[in-house]
Amino acid sequence: MLPYSWLIPCFPLLSFALIIFFTIKKPRLSSLVSIGAVALSFLFSFIVLVTVLGNPVTSEFKINWLDLPGFKVEAGMLIDPLTAVMLMVVTIVSMLVQIYSVGYMAGDSRFSRYFSFLSLFTFSMLGLVLSNNFFEIFIFWELVGLTSYLLIGFWFEKKTASDAGKKAFITTRTGDLAFLVGIFLLTTTVGTLNFQEAFHQVESGAISSTLLTLSAILIFGGAVGKSAQFPLHVWLPDAMEGPTPVSALIHAATMVAAGVYLVARLMSIYALSVPASLVVAIIGAFTAFLAASIALVQNDIKRVLAYSTISQLGYMIMALGLGGYTAGTFHLMTHASFKALLFLGAGSVIHSMHTNDIWEMGGLYLKMRTTAITFILGSLSLAGIFPLSGFWSKDEILLLALNKSPIFALVGLAVAFMTAFYMFRLCFIAFYGKARDQHKFEHAHESPKVMTVPLVILAFLSVFAGWVGIPWLSKGYSTFVYHHEVHHLEPNFILMLVATFVALSGIYLAYVIYYKGTISAERLKNRFSSIHKLLYNKYYFDELYNAIIIRPLFKLADFLFKKFDLGVIDWLVNAAGNFTVFLSWFWELFDTYVVDGAVNGLGYVVRGTGAGIRKVQTGQLQNYAFVIFFGIVLIILLKIF
Amino acid sequence: MENGTQTAVFYILSGLIVGSAFMVVSLKNIFHSALFLVLCFFSVAGIYILLSAEFVAAVQVLIYVGAITVLLIFAIMLTAQLYSPSIRQSNEQVIPGIIIVGTLLIVTLSVLRRTSWRISTQGIEGQSTVSIGKSLLTTYVLPFEVVSLVLIAALIGAIIIARRE
Amino acid sequence: MPSLYHYLSLSALLFCIGIFGALTRRNAIGILMAIELLFNAVNINFVAFARFIDPQAIVGQVFTIFVITIAAAEAAVGLAIIILIYRQHKGVDVDKVNIMKW
Repeated sequence: MLPYSWLIPCFPLLSFALIIFFTIKKPRLSSLVSIGAVALSFLFSFIVLVTVLGNPVTSEFKINWLDLPGFKVEAGMLIDPLTAVMLMVVTIVSMLVQIYSVGYMAGDSRFSRYFSFLSLFTFSMLGLVLSNNFFEIFIFWELVGLTSYLLIGFWFEKKTASDAGKKAFITTRTGDLAFLVGIFLLTTTVGTLNFQEAFHQVESGAISSTLLTLSAILIFGGAVGKSAQFPLHVWLPDAMEGPTPVSALIHAATMVAAGVYLVARLMSIYALSVPASLVVAIIGAFTAFLAASIALVQNDIKRVLAYSTISQLGYMIMALGLGGYTAGTFHLMTHASFKALLFLGAGSVIHSMHTNDIWEMGGLYLKMRTTAITFILGSLSLAGIFPLSGFWSKDEILLLALNKSPIFALVGLAVAFMTAFYMFRLCFIAFYGKARDQHKFEHAHESPKVMTVPLVILAFLSVFAGWVGIPWLSKGYSTFVYHHEVHHLEPNFILMLVATFVALSGIYLAYVIYYKGTISAERLKNRFSSIHKLLYNKYYFDELYNAIIIRPLFKLADFLFKKFDLGVIDWLVNAAGNFTVFLSWFWELFDTYVVDGAVNGLGYVVRGTGAGIRKVQTGQLQNYAFVIFFGIVLIILLKIF
Repeated sequence: MENGTQTAVFYILSGLIVGSAFMVVSLKNIFHSALFLVLCFFSVAGIYILLSAEFVAAVQVLIYVGAITVLLIFAIMLTAQLYSPSIRQSNEQVIPGIIIVGTLLIVTLSVLRRTSWRISTQGIEGQSTVSIGKSLLTTYVLPFEVVSLVLIAALIGAIIIARRE
Repeated sequence: MPSLYHYLSLSALLFCIGIFGALTRRNAIGILMAIELLFNAVNINFVAFARFIDPQAIVGQVFTIFVITIAAAEAAVGLAIIILIYRQHKGVDVDKVNIMKW
């Protein structure tokens, strides 16, 4: 079965082509084609998972693509437990999001195109997950970036949406440049693009530790861009301009996890470079804290979730930086389920309220029971409440951090507290209390079945998906996905209790402030107005980048245009033009007398020769027969003498 | 027949063949050419008998002398008035023709001279007619049928081609 | 008794005369006659080989029968074509039939 895994990304690719070329005019058919394709991929991924579960080895299938002297590019697949898990995550979320989109995007004028983009994205993401070499993963990496751009700017009539698309693309490109340089540095040193061969070379010490650290950090740059880590995190909140299901699929569950996946895939390299893994861990921890603190005060439901995503991705990156291959990817998996759920839930709310502002919502529990219950389940899971998925994966990371370096564990606990707080601030404001906008409240309604059923499935996953990683299981996630050898950490009860207490206190604080109103949010805001302002404006990152990068670039461009373009380049262009005019005058003379003469002369020669030779062609068969027999006689003569 | 007689007959027949063939290709009157062609065909039939191929000789007389020559004479009479000037025909390119044909003859004869043939000393047993009949309906039945088809096709083709619209 | 060489030489001579005719005759019917001479030369070859090389198998003679049959067919078709040419060009002189020349 495994050798046929290449079919998994091919189904969505086929669906993309079908929709673009044939069914673009038939929205309903397009969505069916797209969902059918991803369902097939899901089926195949499931078979792959079962196969790999039965025999957890790393298998590689490859063909030579370009075979140049000294340089070989392969096209292939690398299938190990991590790949199998990622395939499942991508296909499940993609399938549910596509089903959900049928309801969410109903009536959109570019419905078919939307599904073709989703198919293309799914293809790229699956290809990325299956890649077995740097070249291939880079191609899919860029394809994923492209589809992300297309989908963020899907409603391109809206200026903020098209701007957000460009911002996402350019920001991630910055990281990708580092990624590319890192790939060059690493692969030229070890002499192969293939992951496993490269790991082998690195482990046998074919590359100096300085170079290894440098290339590892540069490659991590790519992950920083894709996974929206500090300092390239600014694009993800803006990416929320895209359709909400897209945010759920790309900017919560799959694409942003690509950075995490990349670091996990290259664990062999990071494991050998202590400074590089330290950088990874610090960036992760810092981002987790930074983003969580921003999320505390945001008022846009999707932005809260976006910052939450950044923060959780930071969590995973931190775990990977601390060497927690298992913990990081485990959190990736559980996070994909509950964050996709939260986004789709938010989408359901937005669909019904036509607003993103949580202060215009309120009391929605009464109107949208399914959405509310599933959303709260997702929040509980994200906050890390026993025994939901999030609890187990978060606990795994905290345990790892405690064993490696307690500072990271402290950061992790702080982030957990903030996470619980901002999620339940959201829940209490949006779903409880009284309706703040009576008009919108009255028009609110539960979303259609096609949207709520994916919510229920995801809620189920949010509760139970993490159970595969319960630390007391003798055969669980940690004995399936691991790097080199199983790292079994002793479960720590005290840590579990502390983590639960922290999460519960976060929820309680939110309850006290936003449900009971015992502590006035207004007064807190005024008391800490400077901090609030700082957080509300996202630490002024956008303004900072604007001031130190974008504005100077504009100035430089302006200066270059005025002085250099108008002065130097135009002059050069004009001079070149004049020179060309002169040259062409000269060549015209040459053409008329020399070239034409030669051409005509040749013509005369050919015509003359033809006139002479045509006499041979008499049209008399017998003349030709003469020649034939003459030839036969000659041949026989040659043969016998 | 005696060896001596055989040799004499061979030379007489050969002389007749070569002579009449030469007449066929050189006479001005095409009707006379056709008559010499008949003589040539008869002599070839004689050669076949000398080679103990009686059946082939009979076929030669029937088809060539009986059918083809008659066909040719019909064609001559259809295309020209006998004793009219147009029945005259001429040869052209005679000198180059002689040169090429002469070279070919010399070359062929010298090749024949050089080649050593695997001559069998066995004689012919029984009637060749019987064995030809048998092999035509057993071993060569497929070519036999194919040839009959070719004949039909030629027949129909000739009619179609020569038909007046 | 004449040997194989004699028969083959006779055949070669007849063949050369036939070729000479085919090359030099201007009358289409004359060319056809020359071609019949070529067939006869070939047939003499076949029968002679059948007699001298392998007298038991009469393959050469059978083949001669086939050749004669095909020759008859060829003569029929050829003469039909000549009749057609005669109608088109009011003559059977191949010099006048030079539509291959452009």
